[in-house]
Amino acid sequence: MSDATPMVRFSQVTKRYGDLTVLDRLDLDVAANEKVSIIGPSGSGKTTVLRLLMTLERIDDGVIHVDGEPLTHMPDPAGGLRPASEAHVRRVRGKIGMVFQHFNLFPHMSALRNCAEAPMRVLRLSAEEAQARAAELLDMVGLADKKDHYPSQLSGGQQQRVAIARSLAMRPKVMLFDEVTSALDPEVIGEVLEVIRALAVEHDLTMLMVTHQIGFAREFSDRVCFFDAGRIAEQGAPAAILDNPRHERTQQFLRAVLHAG
Amino acid sequence: MMFDWAYLLEILPLIARASLVTVQATLGGFALAAVLGLLLAVLRSLHVAPLRVAVSVFVEAVRSTPLLIQLFALYYILPSVGIVIPAMLCGILALGVHYSCYCAEVYRAGLDNVPRGQWEAATSLNFSTAETFFRIILPQAVPPVVPALGNYLITMFKETPILLTITVIEMMSQALIIGQDTFRYTEPVTLVGAIFLVFSLASAWAVRRVDAWLRGRWS
Repeated sequence: MSDATPMVRFSQVTKRYGDLTVLDRLDLDVAANEKVSIIGPSGSGKTTVLRLLMTLERIDDGVIHVDGEPLTHMPDPAGGLRPASEAHVRRVRGKIGMVFQHFNLFPHMSALRNCAEAPMRVLRLSAEEAQARAAELLDMVGLADKKDHYPSQLSGGQQQRVAIARSLAMRPKVMLFDEVTSALDPEVIGEVLEVIRALAVEHDLTMLMVTHQIGFAREFSDRVCFFDAGRIAEQGAPAAILDNPRHERTQQFLRAVLHAG
Repeated sequence: MMFDWAYLLEILPLIARASLVTVQATLGGFALAAVLGLLLAVLRSLHVAPLRVAVSVFVEAVRSTPLLIQLFALYYILPSVGIVIPAMLCGILALGVHYSCYCAEVYRAGLDNVPRGQWEAATSLNFSTAETFFRIILPQAVPPVVPALGNYLITMFKETPILLTITVIEMMSQALIIGQDTFRYTEPVTLVGAIFLVFSLASAWAVRRVDAWLRGRWS
């Protein structure tokens, strides 16, 4: 990793649900434009990493920095950190976009409105500009002809591609993908992965992807992190982790996943 | 006793005029119930314990006491502490506040039904809490509960004759005044009943149409 400021930095981040510690003093740096896949058994804390970064959950301890700025903290006069104001959180959060397992499109809005609403309301773009940008992005994900469709009129794969376009419309620097193909029928997984692959090549985006698609993780990622029990058990280049895992838990996990697939 | 159609026609204009009062009380009361009910549902959903308890106590108290007593409290008891509210306004307030507590439960069901993922998607797109609520959540929460809200509209409409106890001259009150003058109750009371029937059926039909339209919109 270079000396440049990482785009995302987890420093000693801990997250607990009651007595259960899902993330245990996690340290994780992700460089600008780096593509990181996060794999691991369920309950290992991998999705929590994304949810904390998106501020969908509150961290219990530690600090997350995004693009050099603390996410849910801000500097206090004494030189320490204090909980950030809502305005601060919203400003830093604006650098992050997320795509969800269950798409979470807004069912009462057309595909175009799904992609134009936040740029209009949050970024205060004019309706014309927001819709032009939304149309462009829908075209990019191959859905130019579906822009007036409502989510209920689209297949799962199409909905997920709209969700990717919707997230990109906010021009994030970091994109989070949370098991984005897990809810899809096998025959449409390819079309969604194709869009993500194109994004990775054509855009300057830092990407974090929680996935069970080991094959995709291998070709897509610069780095694979294997999570186990709230910690990174093993990480490195995809080939190293996926072909020659050193950690016994990684070996077990990969055996199970590859055989199941 | 014969049903006197000529007499019916004679009293029709008076009853028709009074029916406007009934409609006004219903629409005014329901507008208040719809807005206040939503406010109560939202206050209750906020994670502020004292507020939630206060709202719950209020809702339970209103739902567990007769509308008639609430009406009397507003019209006959408040003046004793120096607050005098005109009868019609009293009627609208009592109907509105009473039914807001039922509407609050309906809204709550609607709000609870919107998946958590909708809030999360809105957060990921950096919407403010208010924008999320009004632009994302509410438009999904309300359409499914329109039939339930419509039922309360019709129920409230049928309860408006209670306003005659505080001197509001609505349809039923007008019918009784006519009856007292002429000693003929059959025609005025029958006429009022028929008007309630027609209005109720028309409202039920309108609610169904709105519901069907809302259902068809996104699919």
